[in-house]
Amino acid sequence: MTDPVHARIDGIVKGADVVLFMKGTPLFPQCGFSSRACAILDRLGVAFDSVDVLQDQDIRQGIKGYSDWPTIPQLYVKGEFVGGSDIMMEMYEAGELQQLMVDQGVVGA
Amino acid sequence: MAMQANEIEALIRAAIPDAVVEITDLAGDGDHYAARVTSETFRGMSRLAQQRTVYAALGERMGGVLHALQLTTAVPN
Repeated sequence: MTDPVHARIDGIVKGADVVLFMKGTPLFPQCGFSSRACAILDRLGVAFDSVDVLQDQDIRQGIKGYSDWPTIPQLYVKGEFVGGSDIMMEMYEAGELQQLMVDQGVVGA
Repeated sequence: MAMQANEIEALIRAAIPDAVVEITDLAGDGDHYAARVTSETFRGMSRLAQQRTVYAALGERMGGVLHALQLTTAVPN
């Protein structure tokens, strides 16, 4: 558990209310799934930090072990792993993602 | 190398025998799929746990040879 990459990721995840690990940037997403994740957060009016895993191979591999989740993007809210873009979309369509953001105090009701 | 839709279905059904698996080849290139997996196994599980079950069935192929899989999980009505 003294893995330095794990510790770095932990610091990033806990360093902001909403963090999206993605391929590319919100302005220039490099993958359809990452693009969709950004669009959902934008639609909810949520400010978020993004981490471009394509710029850092350690994080790109490490994040999968950190969350025990094999794909990117990955959304974290208040340090908790929420899911990938499919779960984000399902939660968004059910109104649950908005509710989560409100409950966590990261967006106004 | 990409994967065939029936390979994906077989792997999922090997791990979740009662699963109803619908695969759509999104781009027609054998590399971008959507899968809808319906199983009684998922009842009572969170979405995260449901998807983890499917990812576990696919093993290291996910994010590797299987580049893009849009995944939806559901419990039968």
